[in-house]
Amino acid sequence: MQSLLRRRETALALIVAVLLGAIAVRAPVFLAASNLDGLLNDGAILAIMALAQMLALLTRGIDLSIAANMALTGMLAALLSKAHPDLWVGLTIALSLVLGLVLGAFNAALIAWLTVPPIVVTLGTMSIYRGLTFLVSGGAWVNAHELGERFVAFPNQRLAGLTHNVWLALLVIAVLVLFLHHLRKGRELNALGGNPAAARYVGIDAARVQLLVYLTTGALAGLSGYLWVARYAVAYTETALGFEMQSIAACVIGGVSIAGGRGTVLGCLLGTAFLVIIFNALPIIDVSPFWQMAIAGAAILGAVIVNSQTESRPRGKLILQSAVTPAASRAP
Amino acid sequence: MSVETVGAEGIVAGHPQGRARWATLKRWESVLAVILLAICAVNAFASPYFLDANNLFDSTQSFSEKGLMALSMALVIIGRDIDLSVASIVVLCSTAIGWLATQGVGTPGLLGASVLCGTLMGMCNGAIVTRLEVPAIVATIGTVSLFRGLSYIALGDGAYTQFPDDFSVLGQGYLFELIPYEFLVLLVLAAGFTAVLHRTSIGRNLYAYGHNPEAARYSGINVAGHRFWFFSLNGAMSGLAAAFLTSRVGATRPNMALGWDLEVIAIVVLGGVSIAGGSGRMTGVILAIFVMGMLTFGLGLRNVPGISMSIVIGLLLITAVALPIVAGKLARRRARGRLISEREHSA
Repeated sequence: MQSLLRRRETALALIVAVLLGAIAVRAPVFLAASNLDGLLNDGAILAIMALAQMLALLTRGIDLSIAANMALTGMLAALLSKAHPDLWVGLTIALSLVLGLVLGAFNAALIAWLTVPPIVVTLGTMSIYRGLTFLVSGGAWVNAHELGERFVAFPNQRLAGLTHNVWLALLVIAVLVLFLHHLRKGRELNALGGNPAAARYVGIDAARVQLLVYLTTGALAGLSGYLWVARYAVAYTETALGFEMQSIAACVIGGVSIAGGRGTVLGCLLGTAFLVIIFNALPIIDVSPFWQMAIAGAAILGAVIVNSQTESRPRGKLILQSAVTPAASRAP
Repeated sequence: MSVETVGAEGIVAGHPQGRARWATLKRWESVLAVILLAICAVNAFASPYFLDANNLFDSTQSFSEKGLMALSMALVIIGRDIDLSVASIVVLCSTAIGWLATQGVGTPGLLGASVLCGTLMGMCNGAIVTRLEVPAIVATIGTVSLFRGLSYIALGDGAYTQFPDDFSVLGQGYLFELIPYEFLVLLVLAAGFTAVLHRTSIGRNLYAYGHNPEAARYSGINVAGHRFWFFSLNGAMSGLAAAFLTSRVGATRPNMALGWDLEVIAIVVLGGVSIAGGSGRMTGVILAIFVMGMLTFGLGLRNVPGISMSIVIGLLLITAVALPIVAGKLARRRARGRLISEREHSA
């Protein structure tokens, strides 16, 4: 299985390389250092969100509320900056993380303790958080001149050549590579998504894993909410609208299985790269940006069809049904 | 293993979770009916304009289209599938008939073309899901961008606004100058869908494979065929909704019906259909259509902006699904407590 996964990622890497090459032939300027830097900066937020989404997908869950979480956290961070323009950026980031965490905790509690299906919970919180964004802002925009100077500047400031945006994404990547691929707790995510009944037999506490997952997706969404608002220097009700779908698309293209248990950080990043390259290349090779959505849709379909044809899930046999019923899982 | 002789209730009751939840599910329609009455009472109290026949019938127009889509979406979800692409189907159908209208096609032709176009897109979803064995949620996440994206390619930031004069009858016409045609169609189709789900073997088969696809296949049900046609039906209903919507607003834009996919799914789930498939009843879905419609209408009368309504709708959705689960947990805890105290008594 490991070799199959490796093959899929090499194939995807090749596709991304060919895509880059083809675009470079049409428009050599695309491979210029300044443009690649812009790609990285654009891709950083999507990469963070796609990785968060992957955590949920690995456990057979999904988090549809991350974009709304970003909008609400971003809006509150922006309103805070409007009221206190000189606030230390570190504090803004910490508050965004905590706020995102709180919003994620709402999902986590409903999913882990009440065992409400993740898709229903996050569908609900998605409209709640988006509605709250409108309520707290009164529908008004917070524009660039109302935001603190350092608030806006931080994500685009550079450290050793790369923007803070990119460094934060790299930090998230490093932590998740360590966690998902090298720590026991991280492997539990795959185990739970791959076979919930077997995971229970080996003593994995599904509720605790789910709590961890949805708290993390919430906190990362909060961070991305601030980064988004600061990078584009505007906060409004529709901030990051549809971003949850983009994050799922990046995962799916990167070979993360929606049925749980399968997916790697590398694959997820390649999926992100694919989407970011396509979105950014269209204007450069003179294709109307109105083609963006259809091309993304076609790419997602192509990727999932290829995935489904190569994926053969080993089918185990479930002997004791009682292990998966909620009654048993709640027994003391 | 004859599914025909087992009632839908029997199948639901056989589900490990359904057995515990069955008692509450049975009462879910009554809960919805009470919620609906409460909403209407509050609305009538809060606004003098609510209990006006003209206003009430007019308000049905704002939810009839979503209601039509919820009917077929319920069937898809009972069958363990999901279709996120319905709003995109609406947009592409609307784009198609917008173009046809500029080519001089008349109103009956436009209505037919919209339904046909929707059916074709539903078939496309169905084929990807059943032939290529892609999970429904992933396949439709792809088509959600593809269909709306095609509409963006066709229209860009433009719009089709030229329609035949009599086209507006579809979405703006009234029977006896009171009841919108749209609402009549919704009522007739709701009755039809209820009959198909609860009175025909197609409905029985749907519950059977929604609850256990493997067992249903072994008992000779053409599961893939059923799923394919339910996706196509969902496309056809979206096409029908597209014709009504286009006629009502009189224009086609690529950003119309934004977010409808999730709203339609919310209605279905609120109606008591389990997202895990295999359970749910059409009466619940129909009641949920009215709950959402009356709630939105009431909040609208109080000048609550649409986006804040989404908070209420989200809370309602989560509560609707969480309540039966919490009730089931409490019931089990009580039952266990009783068991322990009985043992202590006998000891």
